Amino acid sequence: MISTKAKKQIDAWVAKYPEGRQSSAVMEALKIVQAENDNSLTSDSIQAVADYLDMPGIAAAEVATFYENYNHKPVGKYTIRFCHNISCMLNGADDLIAHLEKKIGVKTGDVTPDGLVNVKKVECLGACVGAPMFQIGDQYYENLTADKIDEIVDGLK
Amino acid sequence: MNEVCFKNLDQKDPWSLKTYEANGGYSVWRKILKGELTPEQIIDELKTSGLRGRGGAGFPTGLKWSFMPRNADMQKYVVCNSDEGEPGTCKDRDILRYNPHSVIEGMAIGGFVMNATKGYNYIRGEFMEPFYRFEDALKEAYAAGLLGENLDGSSVSFDLYAHLGAGAYICGEETALLESLEGKKGQPRFKPPFPANIGLFGMPTTINNTESFASVPDILANGGQWFADIGVENSGGCKLFSVTGHVNEPANFEVPMGLPFKDLLEMAGGIREGRTLKAVIPGGSSTPVLTAEAAMAMTMDYDGIEKAGSMLGAGSVIIMDDSTCMVETLTRLAHFYYDESCGQCTPCREGTGWLYRVLKRIMDGNGKADDIDLLMGVQDKIMGNTICALGDAAAMPVESFLRCFREEFEYYIEHGKSMVKG
Ligand SMILES: Cc1cc2nc3c(=O)[nH]c(=O)nc-3n(C[C@H](O)[C@H](O)[C@H](O)COP(=O)(O)O)c2cc1C
Ligand code: SF4
Ligand code: FES
Repeated sequence: MISTKAKKQIDAWVAKYPEGRQSSAVMEALKIVQAENDNSLTSDSIQAVADYLDMPGIAAAEVATFYENYNHKPVGKYTIRFCHNISCMLNGADDLIAHLEKKIGVKTGDVTPDGLVNVKKVECLGACVGAPMFQIGDQYYENLTADKIDEIVDGLK
Repeated sequence: MNEVCFKNLDQKDPWSLKTYEANGGYSVWRKILKGELTPEQIIDELKTSGLRGRGGAGFPTGLKWSFMPRNADMQKYVVCNSDEGEPGTCKDRDILRYNPHSVIEGMAIGGFVMNATKGYNYIRGEFMEPFYRFEDALKEAYAAGLLGENLDGSSVSFDLYAHLGAGAYICGEETALLESLEGKKGQPRFKPPFPANIGLFGMPTTINNTESFASVPDILANGGQWFADIGVENSGGCKLFSVTGHVNEPANFEVPMGLPFKDLLEMAGGIREGRTLKAVIPGGSSTPVLTAEAAMAMTMDYDGIEKAGSMLGAGSVIIMDDSTCMVETLTRLAHFYYDESCGQCTPCREGTGWLYRVLKRIMDGNGKADDIDLLMGVQDKIMGNTICALGDAAAMPVESFLRCFREEFEYYIEHGKSMVKG
């Protein structure tokens, strides 16, 4: 369920916390396992993380459902996390989200038929001076315009 | 401008140890390792400096550090709050990206003062670029013998680790952050006990904001009085302001406390062509909105902003011009707090839902004549009745938007459409 590579990554996180406090690594462990399994979690993968960290399954499940960065339904290869909070809204985020939905042909929350992308509206990502902005993977894209969005989306493979 | 946290900004590889040290970085830490500074001296300088917590609450940092039971015979912790999620705030991201060593040195100094040999920097999960920068800086600091055990042959030890969040605004609240750092849901704890007594893993802990820690090394290198003199009474030093929204050149500016708001607005390129200033949220989405008139007369310091009717908060200045529909803007904020409430206390959980649903129904053209009174009543019931300040943060925008721009809400309810956008 958890690959050797993932276990190594999780172990590196566990090493940051005091002896017996390995459950502090649960948030990262869930992310690592999610990334290895088509970007979403199942009750089995959550249990596997709990077992690996020697914590109750319910405790891992609570974390997996409390935080926003975990998916419990299939998502695209790329999730475009579009900020629609105040500074981005004032800078036209809503119109750009509508443009993006039209461009990829599906609404926020749905995945394109080829499984490539989905759009999610998210709260402030702490890059408000670069509004409007979105995140794909680890990367922030700021000062977005319709043309810039087209270029970025066309580059997703 | 840019005298402390941003002073390396225009130099080559501002984030590198080399650049940091070329600007006097780690000189205070090295003095500590040589035994030339005592915890008491450091606390005195911090008190003189007038540094107040940059995370939003503005609590004096020197005083906070003095509360730690430094002689208690147990592991103690220093925690940095880099969860930066308050809408409109984006300064800690730039400190981590461009000056990570100032945070490391500030935390190490805090560790020495409070006799805490371990520290964690809680970085929000989305901040991967800042996280990698911080991790690289940690590696550099360890390699240079600036972090670790018995540093430079002294009895001083400090180990520092970066922790990542996973998307929850509430984890910026310090006790929710501790829960999260322990691998749990980010639900705020009842206080007391305060973290200084029972904090991370049940041990004494002090939590400060990224900018607070990053300001410490320069304060000690140049003296508390130097920092105090940059600012004004009750607001020592300089402060990072994120100026966003309807301005020509949104950016982070590190400026002396007490700067007139109108000068800051000008630094951000002013209002867009053909538009006029309508409203300003001066400290992040949780602080009360101000009318243009109140804002233009305000100075950017704790007392100045309070006198104008709001709060300095995290220094996140959101500018709105006359094209802004205040009903739409408040609805978006209400949705945010509704979404981010951790659900522990009834007034916050139910109240934020009510606020959002009533505003949404006004936006949908189904507002009722007494909805304004209803909103006022709901926000009043939340205010002061919750475990953490998220409840108040949800209530304050509602009260201030309705007070300052009531006619727009009345118009929307009566006509079923925006007074501004039609
Ligand atoms: C809902 C909520 C969110 C908060 N978010 C942050 C945050 O993102 N960053 C931060 O430093 N402080 C945040 N705070 C304030 C912290 O609880 C705490 O006061 C601060 O980190 C203390 O550091 P300081 O004294 O250096 O400001 C938040 C508070 C609340 C109630
Ligand atoms: S005020 Fe809201 S966010 Fe804070 S503890 Fe209560 S329910 Fe949770
Ligand atoms: S409001 Fe969009 S990044 Fe802050």
